Formats: sequence, structure tokens, C-alpha cells
Amino acid sequence: MTAQSPSSGAGFTIKQVCEFLDGEIICCEHLSDQVVGTACGCDLMSDVLAFTKPGSVLLTGLTNSQVVRTAEMLDLKAVVFVRNKRPDPETIRMAESVNLVLLLAPHPLYESCGILYAAGMPGCRWANGLAIVND
Amino acid sequence: MRPGCRVVGGLTAWPLSMTDSSTSLRYQFDVSGGDFAKAGDASSKVKRILQQIGANPEIVRRIAVACYEAEMNIVIHADHGSVTLEAGLDGVTVTVEDVGPGIPDIEQAMQPGFSTAPDSVRELGFGAGMGLPNMKNCSSEMVVESEPGVGTRVRMVFANG
Repeated sequence: MTAQSPSSGAGFTIKQVCEFLDGEIICCEHLSDQVVGTACGCDLMSDVLAFTKPGSVLLTGLTNSQVVRTAEMLDLKAVVFVRNKRPDPETIRMAESVNLVLLLAPHPLYESCGILYAAGMPGCRWANGLAIVND
Repeated sequence: MRPGCRVVGGLTAWPLSMTDSSTSLRYQFDVSGGDFAKAGDASSKVKRILQQIGANPEIVRRIAVACYEAEMNIVIHADHGSVTLEAGLDGVTVTVEDVGPGIPDIEQAMQPGFSTAPDSVRELGFGAGMGLPNMKNCSSEMVVESEPGVGTRVRMVFANG
């Protein structure tokens, strides 16, 4: 898919992210017009909690409920589960209750991140507004 | 419980912007060790309360992250514990205490990357040794007290103004 870079770093809507990734929205589709300005690809929720910007989209291979809890605490707008791994119904219900958009994408984590990065989505080189603690 | 270490966090104080600054509130939530299905429930409630009293969203986010890290530590390591939220004119204090194995060497536990979490917890995406350093960074001040074989208490202050 050919993607245009966002003008002046304005980000993409979640719907656009879904299109870039050949994905499917499985939760809170009515919120998919929100714009996400940064992305993070990670299976380590500890690192996500330490280094991810609010309003980001998280790409991950984990599907447990702690992914949703982590996204909730950080005010993330969407989570992409790569390789079409579908979380259990309870985790999807939890995401609904906190207005978190969930997507499935067929590609592996590395490729999914690469697609978004090539499209112009920046990463989260930022740590809760502070210096990165182990840098 | 003997004092562990007092750690001054990486933040300067920030305004809380509470809509009704004359009120102070206190809530306490129980947390069960090993119950990963409910892990995060207490922090979710803390976050909603802070949103309801009109606290600044960025501050709410920092408190929620720190609280969640601490709550996960109870679930991962302890038998049981509690999360206590106190908010008032001076800011917000979150106290997370547990009955559990305690931390033998707090200075070591504060080092990024140090963890004693089992592989089963790492498979959930936790146990990377970033919890305590992240809690320190999110708070204005953090005090960790622990006694091996008894438990741990972490008090985090999120100062106002």
C-alpha cells in the first residue's frame, strides 16, 4: 500500500492506520476517526509504561488484559494486535469500557511497525516528559 | 517496618487544577497477590476518581502509571495488599503496601533492569525491572520501606504547586 506522509507531523487517523496495515477494527470502531501522532511497537508492557507518549497507538504481539490496562493508564488511543492474534472476549469488553480502539493486523510486529514508520508515523522517543531513565 | 530509602523523584511540582480545592478525599482498594485477571482494577479506579475531581490529565496519567506499576508489584510478588489514594490541597499521595516477601536490598531493586519476577510474569510483559525507576520518575517524591518476610510500603507524593 502506498501511504502519504502526514503533513507537518499531524499524524493519521486510526482508520488510516488500519488501512496501512490491511487490518480490521474489532473494538470501538466509532472512535476510529481519532488522530494518533506517534506509535510504539513492544511486547514489554514495563517499557511501554516507561517510554510511550499519550495518544499513541501501541503495536504488540501480546493479547492479555494487561495490554488494555497499560493502554488505559497511558491514555493510548488504539492497540494493534499483530499477526491477527485476537484477544479474548473479556479483554475486548475491558477495552470497550475504557473507549480503547482495538485492531488486528495480519503482518508480524516488525513489518507492521515498518509499514507505519514508512508511512510517516514517528516513534515515541520520550519518557513521560523526562530523561529516559536507563539511557 | 524499617525505613528503606527516600527517593526524590524526577519531577518538579505541577498544578493539580482541582475544581474544588477545598475538599480532600481518601479511598482505599484491596489488591490480591497472583490475581492477574483483576490486576490494574485499583489503578483504574484511582484514575477515574482523579478524572472526576478534575485533575490535570497529564498529572492523572503520571499518577495512574505509577499506581499501576506499584499495583502490579503486589500482584506479582506479594500475598495481598492495598492501594490508598489521598488527594487534597497539597497534591496527591498514593500509598501502596503489601504483606509479602519484602525487598532485601532496596537500592538494588531501584536499579533499572533489576528484577526477581518469574518467567511466567515476563511472558505477560512485566518483570523487566523498570517498575520502581518508573514510579520514581512519575512522582515528586517516593519513599520505599520494606522488611524481608513481612512486606513493603511505597508512598508516592505528587505535589501540587
